[in-house]
Amino acid sequence: MRFLIEIWEELKIALGALRAHKLRAALTLLGIIVGVSTVIGIHSLTKGLDKAFGEQISSLGSDVLYIQKFSWVDREGWEKYRNRKDLTMKEVNALKKYATLTKVVSPSVRTQQTVKYGRKSLERVTITGTDEEKTGSAFPEFGRDLSALDVANRRDVCVIGWEVADKLFGDKDPVGERIKIAGYSFKIIGVLEKQGSVFGHTLDQEVRIPIGVFFKLFGRHRWITIAVKVENPELMEEAKDEIRGILRRVRGVPPDKEDDFSINQMDLIMDLYKRLTSALYAAAVGVGAISLLVGGIGIMNIMLVSVTERTREIGIRKAVGAKRRNILWQFLIESLVISGIGGLIGIGFGFGLGEIIAAISPLPATVSPLSIVLGIGFSSAVGIFFGIYPASKAARLNPINALHYE
Amino acid sequence: MLIDLKNIVKDYQVGLEAVHALRNVDLSIDKGEYVAVMGPSGSGKSTLMNILGCLDTPTSGIYALNKINVSTMNDDELAEIRNREIGFVFQTFNLLPRATALHNVELPLIYNGTPASQRREMAEKALEKVGLKDRMHHRPNELSGGQRQRVAIARALVNTPSIILADEPTGNLDTRTGDEIMEIFESIHDEGNTIIMVTHEEYIAEHSDRIVRLRDGMIERDEAA
Repeated sequence: MRFLIEIWEELKIALGALRAHKLRAALTLLGIIVGVSTVIGIHSLTKGLDKAFGEQISSLGSDVLYIQKFSWVDREGWEKYRNRKDLTMKEVNALKKYATLTKVVSPSVRTQQTVKYGRKSLERVTITGTDEEKTGSAFPEFGRDLSALDVANRRDVCVIGWEVADKLFGDKDPVGERIKIAGYSFKIIGVLEKQGSVFGHTLDQEVRIPIGVFFKLFGRHRWITIAVKVENPELMEEAKDEIRGILRRVRGVPPDKEDDFSINQMDLIMDLYKRLTSALYAAAVGVGAISLLVGGIGIMNIMLVSVTERTREIGIRKAVGAKRRNILWQFLIESLVISGIGGLIGIGFGFGLGEIIAAISPLPATVSPLSIVLGIGFSSAVGIFFGIYPASKAARLNPINALHYE
Repeated sequence: MLIDLKNIVKDYQVGLEAVHALRNVDLSIDKGEYVAVMGPSGSGKSTLMNILGCLDTPTSGIYALNKINVSTMNDDELAEIRNREIGFVFQTFNLLPRATALHNVELPLIYNGTPASQRREMAEKALEKVGLKDRMHHRPNELSGGQRQRVAIARALVNTPSIILADEPTGNLDTRTGDEIMEIFESIHDEGNTIIMVTHEEYIAEHSDRIVRLRDGMIERDEAA
């Protein structure tokens, strides 16, 4: 109770002191506002980036492995990868037959072609040769997917992406119509739902055809990607080991040689992204920290002035019974009030900054409650850290000297 | 016995030189006494006041205040004793410039945790005693010198301390205003308060019952006024 009375009085004293020097307080606030708004702005931007990136990654599936000749992340030895033996249907069939920890094994092979419907044509459409199994999450909005029979019998059927349907057919129902790919006629059996884009690359401008048909039209010497969905994401490493074993056997890799294929995963992309962005974040956090440091030094400076100016007041207070802790709190609260107000205004500015950047640039911004905690936490920490020295200096003043200070 | 000083020594180090401000001072003051402390500058009267007021501790010797030995207390313990036992009146008033008379008088009560409503009541009563109730919302710069010193006296009285310690309380006032202040001291003495007053003016000292004269850090004479 007594403590509360004292703290309340000390808060009133601190507010009174700030009111008496409004301009000085406002200028000191500025430093903290700049620091906190930088931290918040950067935090909400990086959060936004991470979120957007994470969403795109997870839309591709984190429990899917992509077996290819090339590694996604290791670009140093391009030669090494190029000279590897191509992946073929032999590997696909071996995986389908022997792998036990996988749910889906689906080969795919891609090329870009012009697609024609009547007099309309669409350039640079991704033609994917694949089978009836799928690892992705896109389902037909109209019609049906490729079936096992379509694939086995190499039927001239196709499933088209949302954008292909939109651009070639408009409002018309494409199912049952025929389109031409590289001069060959395909019957449309389904239209995929809209998938949007990943990293600026649309997923909807695609036509899927049976893989056998693809080989017949475009030749066998293409890079196959084998997409594998694992049965249980917790057994990801075991599944990789199993796949590695099967592929080494099928491809006849001697035990003393390293793999002549790569097992790629979205996590690798995520890791790469984190590696690239963490340096950027560190730099940004550094800028924020320096601003806060400057703001904190401003607080310390102004508090030292305040203590010197009020030496006599401190003497009077001590003479009538103020203890060290009373004086300490009085000044510590003063610096906390400055930094706290600066922090709150800074949070507002920081959010504004994030929103403005999000509005005028493609960078997204996410405002999180953590930002608020961060802002208040940082500003209070600055207030305490830079306020404690002036406050303890005031608290240690000798009352006799303080009373006679001119 | 309210105050009992035994063999009080206070030494200062000024540069390389040791200054003996007080040399083996013995002094006893009873409750209800009105004592004037006199002496030329450098006689040690300020040092004695600081020790009596618990603003400082002696180098050696024992100071018993209300039978409690305060000579070895630390800063915070002394602050509590000052708050409870001592009311200061200074030559330069020493009021908080931005605070109203009422708030200045409330100050000692803030530091002993008196609740706000009770604080105000006690402060108003103290201001009434010095005849300043109608000025309680004024700040020091809106008050005359005499009025400021009365606020200071009210502040000294508000906590009903054991001793009122006044250090040249009329030093910054004209004679007529000084006389008014001395009248107030007399009336609070009549109510049973113990007053110790440092002065170098004989006619001020004559208001007291007992005059203690210091010279070179020692008590030269201690006699009834």
